[in-house]
Amino acid sequence: MKSSRLTACGEWVLDRFPLASLWKDHMTHYYAPKNFNFWYFFGSLALLVLVNQFITGILLTMNYKPDAKLAFDSVEYIMRDVSWGWLVRYMHSTGASAFFIVVYLHMFRGIMYGSFKQPRELIWIFGMLIFVALMAEAFMGYLLPWGQMSYWGAQVIISLFSAIPVIGDDLSLWIRGDYVISDATLNRFFAFHVIAVPLVLVMLVFMHIVALHEVGSNNPDGIDIKKVKDANGVPLDGIPFHPYYTVKDLVGVGVFLIFFATVIFYMPEMGGYFLEHANFIPADPMKTPEHIAPVWYFTPFYAILRAIPDKFAGVIGMGGAIVVLFLLPWLDRNPVRSIRYRGGIYKKALALFVISFIALGYLGTQPATPVATNVARVFTVIYFGFFLLMPLYTRWEKTKPVPERVTVELSLEEQLPALIEAFEEITEVAPEPVEDGSHHAFRSVFFSRRPNPEGMRNVATRLAKKLKESLD
Amino acid sequence: MNNEGVDQSKRQFLTTALTVVGAVGTGYLAVPFLAQMQPSVKAMAAGAPVEVDLSKMETGQLIRVAWRGKPVWVLNRTPEVLETLKTLDSELRDPQSLESIQPASSKNAGRSIKPEIFVAVGLCTHLGCSPTFRPEVAPPDLGDKWKGGFFCPCHGSWFDLAGRVYQGVPAPTNLEIPPYRYVTDTLLIVGEPAEGESA
Amino acid sequence: MKNLITLLLLLILSFGAYASEGVELQEADVDVGDKASLLRGAKHFVTYCLGCHSMKQIRYLRIALDTHADEKEVLTDIAPLGASIYDQIHSAMNKHDAEKWFGTQPPDLSLIARSRGADWLYSYLKSYYSDKSRPFGVNNLVFEDTAMPNPLWQLQGEQHAVTRKTIYGDRVDLVLEKEGALSEKEFDLMVNDLVNFLVYAGEPAQLERQGMGKYVLIFLFLFLVLAYLLKKEYWKDIH
Repeated sequence: MKSSRLTACGEWVLDRFPLASLWKDHMTHYYAPKNFNFWYFFGSLALLVLVNQFITGILLTMNYKPDAKLAFDSVEYIMRDVSWGWLVRYMHSTGASAFFIVVYLHMFRGIMYGSFKQPRELIWIFGMLIFVALMAEAFMGYLLPWGQMSYWGAQVIISLFSAIPVIGDDLSLWIRGDYVISDATLNRFFAFHVIAVPLVLVMLVFMHIVALHEVGSNNPDGIDIKKVKDANGVPLDGIPFHPYYTVKDLVGVGVFLIFFATVIFYMPEMGGYFLEHANFIPADPMKTPEHIAPVWYFTPFYAILRAIPDKFAGVIGMGGAIVVLFLLPWLDRNPVRSIRYRGGIYKKALALFVISFIALGYLGTQPATPVATNVARVFTVIYFGFFLLMPLYTRWEKTKPVPERVTVELSLEEQLPALIEAFEEITEVAPEPVEDGSHHAFRSVFFSRRPNPEGMRNVATRLAKKLKESLD
Repeated sequence: MNNEGVDQSKRQFLTTALTVVGAVGTGYLAVPFLAQMQPSVKAMAAGAPVEVDLSKMETGQLIRVAWRGKPVWVLNRTPEVLETLKTLDSELRDPQSLESIQPASSKNAGRSIKPEIFVAVGLCTHLGCSPTFRPEVAPPDLGDKWKGGFFCPCHGSWFDLAGRVYQGVPAPTNLEIPPYRYVTDTLLIVGEPAEGESA
Repeated sequence: MKNLITLLLLLILSFGAYASEGVELQEADVDVGDKASLLRGAKHFVTYCLGCHSMKQIRYLRIALDTHADEKEVLTDIAPLGASIYDQIHSAMNKHDAEKWFGTQPPDLSLIARSRGADWLYSYLKSYYSDKSRPFGVNNLVFEDTAMPNPLWQLQGEQHAVTRKTIYGDRVDLVLEKEGALSEKEFDLMVNDLVNFLVYAGEPAQLERQGMGKYVLIFLFLFLVLAYLLKKEYWKDIH
């Protein structure tokens, strides 16, 4: 009796709200290619981190005070006097860095497998807008603790706007609402950080997913699974997102949370990269810290800014480094999507791009010595070269034949035996006798082994050969 | 896809197990999230016991102190008031304070440790307004029945000078008496239980 | 292409050439789980630092709870007279006086260990030496021209700077010239206790978070194993 009441209630709702068809369209009958690999975890993880930021952020606003006189102490109040405040704060601060890690990996996946190419240009554009909104969100959020780095970081970044000819000075004044970063700036950044930008983010994420589900997911082979369908119109290489990818993503969530929790509980400062040391000193408008660097996720762009020896050109360079990413779908002239079937040029170019991005990121955290600046210039050229030369080199590159159906590679756990084999090859069992017999079995597996030079050489040669083959 | 030969019970078992573990995890995560809305140490510090010096208090005088941010009244009652209080029982809702909140040491006719010194939380038990102190007898606005007491301006509840509620008014119980104890004859601490009582 | 990659590798390697400037720091032996050390450090702080420096982000109550010490003992042994257990550790020094005497306000030390690091603090407190050119007659190897006089000189004694030439360039060593009330070993231990307390005070929650981290991780491993088994079970369908 009771259960039928409940069913009736459920039906009453379902008659008025398309829950069932939404679930069907986007979960149980959304067919995703069956060959997603490791790189495809980061989309759902980004969503998870977004939820984390929302919940912990709302909780933080309950005790945070957006007032230049109170802000710094209110953060410490959260860390000390509020029950579990430290956990909520660390989840939020670690979540900010985690957000950029997963988003950078998610973007790299897109570049690697050509997910930005026709017909998914709009997904890429929405994604890039999410990235820009995220940077704004992170930048404004970083002012809120009102430490030295918050203050002077914001000072430097807002001063960038003053480089714009004619309106620059008035613009940066308008953004700050004062002649320097002050209480007014803090208050408006708080408003943007907790209300305006999150709303924009949610809207963009929604559109990103709607656009994705309209054209369907790309895959590591970069082929269109909708071309080969069965009698019911279901792609032969597609599998329902639910349950197959929901259960798979849960594995990714588990691994992610282990990393996430390790940082929160054992290294919340992450050696000064997630929470900078100088930010534990209250903001002081009279004294700049000796060395200021933005948080790690901005450092590649910051290094580009510093590498260009002209204020306005530097700002253009920094902005340009983000704008070129928007243009990616039109810069790439190769009809083949996935890196697997593209020529060696693109692979090498992408490798160079990744190296230069990481190197710029590192340089951005370091003091700007003349050597470092020159190195940064080289990498800035490579960074832009990757994009601006793309119309040329992607037209020339020789491509490999793209298969009709998706290929399924070995999963991570299926590669374990090969890894163990390689480990056994590069090491050999030490001949020394084991005194304590009880641990014998365990020791022979790990501790009693020692490096085997010949095996190492063999493995290295094979790896190098494989790398060379894959780059051709 | 091939659903034949699938061990449905294993699948069901794993799904249930993961759901349970996930629910437990979410539960554990919810605890800190909810707990962080509890009063913080700062709020507890502000709620620390407060000392009240009675040495300079005159008879009939009411002083207000803040304890946990709430108004707490300390009233030095005159002998006439104490006499009047004994005659009111028939008009009160809970004259013996059976359903009201007070420490055991104040569960008596005058609702206080010492008869003349009355201590109470100055918030109406109806909806939390702070009643006004009206010690005068039969003022024009309250009428002849008023024998001196506390009048709540929000919804018109009547309390006598022992904080006991009258019949026929919205407040359900007598005013709350906070835990308090005497350190010396003229010094009391609001917020700490009297000797022999637990907090 | 090959040349370019070689060039890049060389550039990356050249980063190693950045030599870190400044004095080599001595390592502090930090163990925030050592409750006796924390209490000793708290007492040292109140005795030697609180005259000028506050520590307004921490309450005596918190110290009592975290060190499992009796609240009354903390109040009588550590806190200055008349402090309440809920009080934050405030210095009695007047800000204007401080500005007059030292030219700058002594900073609040609640978070000093998080901004400077334990080793820096440990080395700093041990690196005072006589320097007649400074207003207080002392200078510091780790923080040159520091505005702070040496609060511990009676304990440590007086040190002098001795410059020696080595193949790596000039090297400054500090030599104890006049003995203090404590032996070198006792003094090191005392400074270490103080630094240990500062590290704890920088983030009292570290005791809690390190304690519970392993349970969270064990739980998450359990979640991961189950999720993996479930995934494997479902993906049997996919061929």
